[in-house]
Amino acid sequence: MTWIFENWDRFWEVTEVHLRLSVVPVLIGFLLSIPLGWLASRSATARAILFPLANILFTIPSIALIVITPVLIGVKILDEINVIVPLTIYTIALMVRSVADALSAVPGHVTAAANAMGFRPLRRFLTVDFPLALPVTIAGLRVATVSNISMVSVGALVGLGGYGQLFTEGYQTDNPAKVFAGLIGTVVLAVLADGLLLVLGRVLTPWARAGR
Amino acid sequence: MIEFRAVTKRFEDGTIAVDELDLTVEAGTITVFVGPSGCGKTTSLRMVNRMIDPTSGTILVDGKDVLSVDPPTLRRGIGYVIQQAGLFPHRTVLDNVATVPLLSGWDRRKARARAAELLEIVGLDPAFGKRYPAQLSGGQQQRVGVARALAADPPVLLMDEPFSAVDPVVREGLQDELLRLQAELDKTIVFVTHDIDEALKLGERVAVFQTGGHLAQYAKPAELLSAPANDFVASFVGRDRGYRTLTFLHADVPVHPVTTAKLGQRVTVTDWTLVVDDQDRPRGWLSGVDGEIEVSERDLIAGGSLYDGSTLRGALDAALSSPSALGVMVDDNGAVVGVVKADDVIKALAKARAAGEVPK
Ligand SMILES: Nc1ncnc2c1ncn2[C@@H]1O[C@H](COP(=O)(O)OP(=O)(O)OP(=O)(O)O)[C@@H](O)[C@H]1O
Ligand SMILES: [Mg+2]
Repeated sequence: MTWIFENWDRFWEVTEVHLRLSVVPVLIGFLLSIPLGWLASRSATARAILFPLANILFTIPSIALIVITPVLIGVKILDEINVIVPLTIYTIALMVRSVADALSAVPGHVTAAANAMGFRPLRRFLTVDFPLALPVTIAGLRVATVSNISMVSVGALVGLGGYGQLFTEGYQTDNPAKVFAGLIGTVVLAVLADGLLLVLGRVLTPWARAGR
Repeated sequence: MIEFRAVTKRFEDGTIAVDELDLTVEAGTITVFVGPSGCGKTTSLRMVNRMIDPTSGTILVDGKDVLSVDPPTLRRGIGYVIQQAGLFPHRTVLDNVATVPLLSGWDRRKARARAAELLEIVGLDPAFGKRYPAQLSGGQQQRVGVARALAADPPVLLMDEPFSAVDPVVREGLQDELLRLQAELDKTIVFVTHDIDEALKLGERVAVFQTGGHLAQYAKPAELLSAPANDFVASFVGRDRGYRTLTFLHADVPVHPVTTAKLGQRVTVTDWTLVVDDQDRPRGWLSGVDGEIEVSERDLIAGGSLYDGSTLRGALDAALSSPSALGVMVDDNGAVVGVVKADDVIKALAKARAAGEVPK
């Protein structure tokens, strides 16, 4: 703990990087998984391709993906893109299924009623299907966010910032306090992000607790 | 007015759900589609608002071919109510009801004001407006479903088994409410049910569908009962159809006086005596007892159904269900008027038949 207060500027700096490297992929991945999840909820073919693909992607070790990414997209090894792209892929792999399941779980009589009222498809998706899918989607988003926050540290192995740097440096200089500081940072960040999403979910879906 | 002209629906798997349907639903009436499960009622209904398109044939709503209108536009002009109400769980009751006005471009305040008005029309406390559908009973949800369908004041209302998921008592209340509403609103309503009693009660005309999507008979309720077109209709309308015919007869039955006693009164009871409360409303029966007694709640024998003076069916049922075989007739306030007897009902039926009032 004392390490954190004595090195507050440094700690804050890696916290910022860590936050950026984990939140940006969650946001991009989340946005991309909505249309993909919608596709999977609508078409059996899309499901048959997307779900196994998501599973395979998820089993690739993150370090491998981070090392391979620059080779595949041709950027410098130290660029933050090299963490953002793989983590975005992980987020999509996690979220596609949540979004698809959530959309499929919208009761048929509700969507039928929406059609019968005269909703056009896009409006129905934005104002009926998607809001009803939110509770399950946000649950998936919480898992993806927490797992991203823990995975960002791997980026340090290829020299990128974040709490991972505290781990590698602490290990090399035999300074457990530094490692411990990174650990605390990761846990606190994960708990805060998770709590924030939980609250956000409750605010956005007051109806989900109605009638219980 | 809704016209089906030689409408056939064959699904991709070859199922013929509706077979050459020719039928006209008159404007301002309730027409009921009734028939066993899978006979094509829902399919027929959904072809009106293009949730399903026919394989061949034409459907006209107020003279206009529905296929010439783009589905969302068409649907905003046709109310639709389904079995589970299909309410949006994530919207308040008020916003559910305001759905179609909002889709049609009304501003939010006007749409909400209209929605509040409709809650009242369908008999719901406006305070329910702030609740979510999950916080309502099944019967209340159905009322909201009806209010939502009526919100943009569409001339046509399609109702697919709207009351079948609620208990019989609530269902009866909703049916009465629909009849009351219709007397005011004068919509063109197509109502789907598989309950023949519901069909006969609500329908000004009833279309009986037969498995395979055939229209077996399209007639007024009394005619279905007295002159079923074929064995299928006869058996579907049921074995009690002679009894049901009485529902459509309003002939007079002689009303006899009855001995009454009030609770707490001291009486000698020699014959069947009807016990009433302070407002003359029936409480139960006393049969002969020895000597003088003070009438108390404990001595009462529960009574049967009450006859309100409307149909012969009500009169006969009151007589048949009464322990004294005397059917209690009450006025609008529930006060006892007198009693009716079963054989008088049978005589009234014979008289009505002789006068040609019973449809053949
Ligand atoms: N999408 C579909 N594809 C294939 N067959 C269908 C489809 N929808 C309905 N059917 C078939 O068409 C027939 C008529 O169905 P429909 O839903 O109109 O019956 P219904 O009279 O409303 O029955 P219920 O009283 O059970 O609601 C049934 O045999 C049904 O299996
Ligand atoms: Mg049906």
